[in-house]
Amino acid sequence: MTTLPRWADVVLLPLLNVVLAFLVGGLIVLAVGQNPIEAVGIMLYGAFGYGSGFGYTLYYTTDFIFAGLAVSLAYHAGLFNIGPEGQAYVGGLGVILVGLALNGTHWAIVFPLMIVCGAAFGAFWAFIPGYLQAKRGSHVVITTILFNFIAVSMMGYIISRILKPAGVNSDESAPLDAITRVPQLRTFIELFKNSPVNLTFFLAIAALFFVYWLIWRTKFGYAVRALGNNPVAANYAGISNQKMIMIVMALAGAFAAMVAVNNVGGVQGRLILNFVNGAGFVGIAVAFMGKGHPVGVALSALLFGILYQGGQELAFQMPGITREMIVTIQALVILFTGAMGDMLRGPLSRILAQPDPVAGAK
Amino acid sequence: MTSLDPTHQQRPERAAAAPLAIELIGINKHFGPVHANRDIHLAIRRGTVHGIVGENGAGKSTLMSILYGFYTADSGEIRVNDIPHAITDSRHALALGIGMVHQHFMLVDNFSVLENVVLGAENSALLAPTLTKAREQLKQLARDYGLEVDPDAIVENLSVGQQQRVEILKALYRGAETLILDEPTGVLTPAEADHLFRILGKLRDEGKTIIMITHKLREIMAITDDVSVMRQGAMVATLSTAQTSPEQLAELMVGRHVLLRVDKGPANPGKVLLSVEDLVVTDDFGVPRVKHVSFEVRAGEIVGIAGVAGNGQSELLESIAGMRDQAGGTIRLNGEPLSLEGDDGAARARAAGLAHVPEDRLRMGLVTNFSQWENSILGYQHSYGDGPALDIAKARATAADYIKKFDIRPANIDLKTSNFSGGNQQKIVLAREMERNPEVLIVGQPTRGVDIGAIEFIHNQIIKMRDAGKAILLVSVELDEIRSLSDRILVLFDGQIVGEADPATADETELGLLMTGSHPDRVVTTPGTLPAHETPIQQTLVEMSPKNNSGRETN
Repeated sequence: MTTLPRWADVVLLPLLNVVLAFLVGGLIVLAVGQNPIEAVGIMLYGAFGYGSGFGYTLYYTTDFIFAGLAVSLAYHAGLFNIGPEGQAYVGGLGVILVGLALNGTHWAIVFPLMIVCGAAFGAFWAFIPGYLQAKRGSHVVITTILFNFIAVSMMGYIISRILKPAGVNSDESAPLDAITRVPQLRTFIELFKNSPVNLTFFLAIAALFFVYWLIWRTKFGYAVRALGNNPVAANYAGISNQKMIMIVMALAGAFAAMVAVNNVGGVQGRLILNFVNGAGFVGIAVAFMGKGHPVGVALSALLFGILYQGGQELAFQMPGITREMIVTIQALVILFTGAMGDMLRGPLSRILAQPDPVAGAK
Repeated sequence: MTSLDPTHQQRPERAAAAPLAIELIGINKHFGPVHANRDIHLAIRRGTVHGIVGENGAGKSTLMSILYGFYTADSGEIRVNDIPHAITDSRHALALGIGMVHQHFMLVDNFSVLENVVLGAENSALLAPTLTKAREQLKQLARDYGLEVDPDAIVENLSVGQQQRVEILKALYRGAETLILDEPTGVLTPAEADHLFRILGKLRDEGKTIIMITHKLREIMAITDDVSVMRQGAMVATLSTAQTSPEQLAELMVGRHVLLRVDKGPANPGKVLLSVEDLVVTDDFGVPRVKHVSFEVRAGEIVGIAGVAGNGQSELLESIAGMRDQAGGTIRLNGEPLSLEGDDGAARARAAGLAHVPEDRLRMGLVTNFSQWENSILGYQHSYGDGPALDIAKARATAADYIKKFDIRPANIDLKTSNFSGGNQQKIVLAREMERNPEVLIVGQPTRGVDIGAIEFIHNQIIKMRDAGKAILLVSVELDEIRSLSDRILVLFDGQIVGEADPATADETELGLLMTGSHPDRVVTTPGTLPAHETPIQQTLVEMSPKNNSGRETN
């Protein structure tokens, strides 16, 4: 058994994996005849170099934090939630319904209601797979995947047939008034120029702290972790596994739905088709790269935020580098940090071989 | 005591004729700061059964893993048949004729015996020729060593004892001359253990060498020729079994004098605290496992449930603990019937004053990924903190208190539970369940996989609970344990109570007959209810020889 020092496990290993991913990505950039160092420069400049770009990075990061938390939370209970994409989509319905019902009301009133109502819709969408898992034993991986598809069809119908106002050509709901929308940070901070980052970003930061508290500081979190680590022991401890599964899935769905608050409430100001645009799936990678810990989720969400925003900049600026290429680099990051995340563990622990005072004290 | 240096050992009797099969010289192994094996010298004579005893964490398994090629020693030499070898992996060890029978079997459950035996040793792309050849060889091995197993049986349908035979066959099929058995009887019923010993005796007589790791001294005395004792990574003695005694071995293992008998006064039963009436419990597949069982446990007494594993004990315990629905009957705690609707019955049972030490601490009693302090509140987490927040400071204080009271080592409440030894893990569970001052304590296999020093402590704790006026239900497959702890013994066979005995006067043969459902006065036969993998009664009868617990006399 080889154990890494904690700092190496948490910081060094993921960092090396990311570097490795970029090295391989660099080879691909080289292969299409571009300068990889220049590419990295453009990417970083696009993500951090100017106010608007930075704003976009934070906006994407917000989405990824929520989706990542939705997966992490369920994962602590031993549940693999593949459904944040659909949960966020359905959450969007809750957000827009509140927004439209109170259209014209000040955002200070609507924003909390959007959170609550969006959460309720997302929670409902995740509760059903949770219920099926708990009571019927239908595997939550399968049902959440299927529920993504159901969400797409159902929402498509609702948007184009019910919410779409007469006389509008594209499939989208009626817009919210400016005063009702979640305010974007540029209204307070000049720096962010025309970027969409909005107040929901702070909600995401708060959610990170909340999840940490919930998982490691409450009785509920204790039960969640007991269930996730050993369901038989949880049953022995008098924890109702069925109830816990349903509650945890619903909570996860509620977190996923915050993606909709960010997008529908804060950016689009209306419900458009397919607004989640893959953020829910990125959340799976974020959660695994971050090992389910809020700090890890925050860092990996930021990394993917950088990849998204910097990548778009790169595709725009470098001829020969297409959007597909950016997706390839993102895939490499997922491959190296997720699927092959432990590849360097062996060599690294040999290099860092040292007496470990805690683990060795058996 | 003659603690001989095994490398220069003068060997008695057969020794002159028996050259060394294995010789370990100056083996050292470190894991981080832990010196798991310190300068070990061990000589194993060919054609003998050599026992290795020691407490958990003494370094037995590490040493055997080095011999088997799973670990590489930091320094030292391994000689096989007097030729030094640097064993690199288990394949290499096997090529040298060293086979291992693991404590947890390495079998493919849904393969047949034959398929399991040839797995990894197929000689051709087509399976058929290998299988035909293997079938012949298996027949031969079965004849030679009394290792009868149906080659076409599916492994998951076999009893644990039979699965172990498959493991042994696997090693023999690969040409093992030296067999290492790691805690071979840990999962066996007494009858199965006896059968195993007979097989081992035969293997020895045919010239095979057997190394047996165990901490059951009775087995050492019964089957081994030589015995080596390890303590804290060092080899403290190698003795001829004939010239030693359990007391001496226990003292060598623990490093101090150990009481092998339980000291207890007479019971003083009070009012009924646990009553079970006409209880019927089914397993996960709806098959009834507990059939109309009724009994009572009074305050201040220990009622022991004796029985061969798999006769409904687990279902009975889980049902009383609130973890398994009843199909019929009533369980009363302190007179109040226990309601078991929903899947959190365990919480209600606890609230009613019941504590439960489960049979399998790793599967049920502990979350091994949790730290010691987190496991110290498992099941009682609701009483730590008033609101939703967990009162971590209080939980940690409780854990530190348990560590002190139960001498849990290492005394580190933040250490992951999986890093504690089996005995200390069991103490974590016992401390948690006993220190909450429950009215009723149900205990399953309290000392399974626990070393001698801790067994003494655990038995004393159980007696102490009894003397404090608690009702205790004890389930164990160790008949010795049941006999020495219980005030009354109930015998469970095929889900029914087939007899009651007084431990002071109970005759072991009679109990054995009851446990196998073959007592002449109380034959219980409900045909068709016995699952297919249970050992048939007749066979068990033949295998049982409680009085004569030695493989040596039987050929």
